[in-house]
Amino acid sequence: MKVKVLYFASIREKLGRDAEELDLPADVATIAALRSHLRTRGGAWADALAEGRLLRAAVNQDMAQPAAAIKAGDEVAFFPPVTGG
Amino acid sequence: MKISVQPEDFDVGLEIKNISRNNSIGAVASFVGLVRDVAMTLEHYPGMTERAIAKIVDEAKSRWQVIDCAVIHRYGALQPNDQIVMVAVASGHRGDAFAACEFIMDFLKTQAPFWKKEQTAEGASWVEAKAADDKAAERWK
Repeated sequence: MKVKVLYFASIREKLGRDAEELDLPADVATIAALRSHLRTRGGAWADALAEGRLLRAAVNQDMAQPAAAIKAGDEVAFFPPVTGG
Repeated sequence: MKISVQPEDFDVGLEIKNISRNNSIGAVASFVGLVRDVAMTLEHYPGMTERAIAKIVDEAKSRWQVIDCAVIHRYGALQPNDQIVMVAVASGHRGDAFAACEFIMDFLKTQAPFWKKEQTAEGASWVEAKAADDKAAERWK
């Protein structure tokens, strides 16, 4: 299942990456599953996406909860809590 | 209805004039946010930002009479005292204009994907989100 994943702000800096195309295994079908899948890369990934860290996510440019489903072709984003305004 | 995410500065007077061209408008409430104390760089999520603001404006329109409105948020490098954000709401009466303006601003702080990085003497650092901002948005539920 191919998806596009984007990273913003402090997460982007920690990972040294702002976007990538991923071909996910079938069992990685939610935001939470994707987050833990990416953590298995270790190093900065294990740290930036660590469970205790406060992160927000979006699916197709809408804020999404950890249990939100991901399907082929989706644009998924991970970022810290927002600080605009 | 104007929603703009832009690096350029904006003219609040002009924006207010542009949303006030309707005889049924009796009140325009506006808010302007400025950079306080230190220079910063604002990053955002192009596409989602505009979409998130449009959703907040739609929610405001479902709760109050909003005849017209303008929401402008800047990104990029900003200096102390620069304007960052403006929200202006035109309505028949002031109650709706005030409430909708505050509502849009409160939700913009917690839902629109912007991130501030401050340039301090010790170097650049990302601003942490405030619990007070979540509380401000929650009181509208």
